[in-house]
Amino acid sequence: MQTVQRRTLPLRLPRVRPGGVLPILAILAVLVVLVGIRQPDFLAPPSLMSFLGRSAPIILLAAGQYFVIVSGEFDLSVGSLVTAQVVVAARLIDGDPTRTWPVVLLLLAFGALVGLVNGLITTRLRVPSFITTLGMFLILVGAVYLWSDGAPKGGLSEEFRRFGRRAFEDVPVLGRVPYALLVLVVLAVAAVLLMRSDFGRTLVAVGDNPRTAELSGVRVWRTRTFAFILSGLAAAVAAILLGGYSGVSFQAGAGLEFGAITAVVLGGVALGGGRGAVVGAMLGALTLELLFALMNFYGVSGALRSTVQGAIILLAVAVSASRSSSR
Amino acid sequence: MSDPPPAPLLTLRGIGKSFLGVRVLDGVDLEVAPGEVHAVVGENGAGKSTLMKIVSGGYAPDGGTVEFAGASRTFRGPRDAQRAGIGIIHQEFNLLPERTVAENVYLGHEPVRRGLVDRRAMLDRTTRLLASIGETTLPADARVGQLGVAQQQVVEIAKALALDARLLIMDEPTAALADHEVELLYGLVRRLQERGIGLLYVSHRLAEVFDLSGRITVLKDGRRVTTVDTTDTTADELVRHMVGRELSSYYPDRAAPEDRGPVRLNLRDAGNQKLRDVNLQLRAGEVLGIGGLQGSGRSALARAIFGVSPFTTGDVTLDDRPVRLRSPRTAMRAGIAYVTEDRKGEGIVARQSVLDNALLASRAVFAVRSGRTARTARVRELLAAVEVRGAGDDQEIRFLSGGNQQKVVLARWLALDPRILLFDEPTRGIDVGAKSAIHDLVRRLAREGAAVLMISSDLPELLGMSDRIVVMRDGRVAGELPAGATEEEVVALAVGTAREAAQ
Repeated sequence: MQTVQRRTLPLRLPRVRPGGVLPILAILAVLVVLVGIRQPDFLAPPSLMSFLGRSAPIILLAAGQYFVIVSGEFDLSVGSLVTAQVVVAARLIDGDPTRTWPVVLLLLAFGALVGLVNGLITTRLRVPSFITTLGMFLILVGAVYLWSDGAPKGGLSEEFRRFGRRAFEDVPVLGRVPYALLVLVVLAVAAVLLMRSDFGRTLVAVGDNPRTAELSGVRVWRTRTFAFILSGLAAAVAAILLGGYSGVSFQAGAGLEFGAITAVVLGGVALGGGRGAVVGAMLGALTLELLFALMNFYGVSGALRSTVQGAIILLAVAVSASRSSSR
Repeated sequence: MSDPPPAPLLTLRGIGKSFLGVRVLDGVDLEVAPGEVHAVVGENGAGKSTLMKIVSGGYAPDGGTVEFAGASRTFRGPRDAQRAGIGIIHQEFNLLPERTVAENVYLGHEPVRRGLVDRRAMLDRTTRLLASIGETTLPADARVGQLGVAQQQVVEIAKALALDARLLIMDEPTAALADHEVELLYGLVRRLQERGIGLLYVSHRLAEVFDLSGRITVLKDGRRVTTVDTTDTTADELVRHMVGRELSSYYPDRAAPEDRGPVRLNLRDAGNQKLRDVNLQLRAGEVLGIGGLQGSGRSALARAIFGVSPFTTGDVTLDDRPVRLRSPRTAMRAGIAYVTEDRKGEGIVARQSVLDNALLASRAVFAVRSGRTARTARVRELLAAVEVRGAGDDQEIRFLSGGNQQKVVLARWLALDPRILLFDEPTRGIDVGAKSAIHDLVRRLAREGAAVLMISSDLPELLGMSDRIVVMRDGRVAGELPAGATEEEVVALAVGTAREAAQ
């Protein structure tokens, strides 16, 4: 009698790499289907384009937050930074179109400076970034109130606002393509290229194991500080788009830091650093926005937003923690 | 001592333990009588720590029996062993610095009155407990963080006694103590003995072992070599028991005298917090072995050269030019590479790919100089040359075996064309095949003109690979031995029985 040797083959599931973008793509696809069932119009080019344009600021903030988180830190200051930027821009421009470009440059410089300070305090003074950026958050909130005597002053010029509210009209097939979407696409490509560069790979390595990185010649403090600067720059761009789209208020950036962190976690990026893709973080933000749109279509109260965000953060971190502990 | 031995307090029979298929302990027998100080000695990796963890409930043995106070025991964890009456004083203390002595001593079992902690009773009891071991100057309400190391040790002991420990394990208790504090510890140990407490005393320092213990058990490679009455043996005999193994494995040929080049690295009276007056020359083409016990300054030496904790005194010259190696970056730019001892904690970035791991250093330090594509191609070649097996370059490194991880780390450094290589335990935790591959590679690098400094606790490896051996002790160079030295000579220098001979 012949014996048939049977070897149990290792179960060959399509390997979902931890930190990869497959899970978030799957979630996004499910949401798109759900939206398509409930509100087919939403997926038609005009509304889709405008949705993407509206989502550009939070997606950019998620990318900025990604750099910080993947390097092993946090940036809680971006929400209040956005508010500060919008309020500052309104007061400095005060309706004068000639001041548009100087103020845009100033905002970028301001964002970079806040990131630099966050980074240096965290890395050189060894204050945990959670505390550093929480402190920066409070400082910015207070400073803006103080500087504007409690109510936003001045106003944005139409030139400034066009980045956030205007679009290329009559584009074939797509129809109306918001400027914000163009900005998003350009910066998203830049972010992906950056993460493939030496800097990007080093950034993730620093988040994975700063000791090893340091002993391999990486200046860990510089790398992390640069991540904070990128987050500050992302906040500046987000502020320009948001100011244009929704105008000037003390609430312009409220809660955006948590939105960004939720998006990053949802996108499969490990808190504590060392794992995850910037594309995942940006898709996470898009998914979050789509989820809110869906909630809206189903008549769920907008007041539940933060509850949903909180639940997502807890769930995503719990899932990734249980996966990493089983290795 | 010919008194009839009292009934043993602790009896270990045939204790065995393996980790991931590596046999760490094999059939170890050991007995401790009440009031006895039983010393356990052996080289690094002989199995002492594992054995102590088994006695104190940290690990469960794979085989054998633990009998304590007349009953067979299976401890489910350290707390279980504590409750049974076995206390352990680790090298690293386990105290809350912001709490008082009394609060630490009674942590977790505070005396309670009407549902609240009875602070006065706690202070009184602590004071009495301290007095009973002869410690009358230590206030029970002092904050532990303000105490010196020796006093903290007393608190640790009191903590064990508060749990009615009948057996105390002391793991290198003098490692952190100054000379005059050691005397105090001796007194303490004697008083514990008088109370009938059995002590298991683990130490590298043979002088103490002879001062304190009644019996000595020697472990080697996870086996018990012998147990002797302290009065019947000598330091030399112990050292012979601790080593003395067949040099069976194969090592590549050593450097011929003509292969040795000029002095690359020269340390003159170099020192820092952990090192004093180190004089050392490292030549191109040679493998200089560094021996010594853990904490003797071996790793501190490599870390000082590499600029991790730089030298603060003395002179360092590199190819006859004075240099200051302030950071890993400056050391790397000077052509120095450092393969760390703690591969997981300091050697790899676990969740990144093999390729990213191998590129880490070149990206960080020479990113501008070398073209991206050329650099990647070179690293891929190196990865192939060191024969990393079982993985593509894009696989996360944590899925590789220890040996293959180490080869990737090597490739990372070779990509920088270093002229001085510092290896700290290059083959620890690595399977035999990869081990000899790394030995060959180290020798090949030396033959091609690199200066190699290799730290190893593995004596056969140290003896088999080195062209010269420098042995460290207490942060100093204890002596130098030529190729062909014996294990006994190395250990004698390392533990200090050959102090006179070396000077």
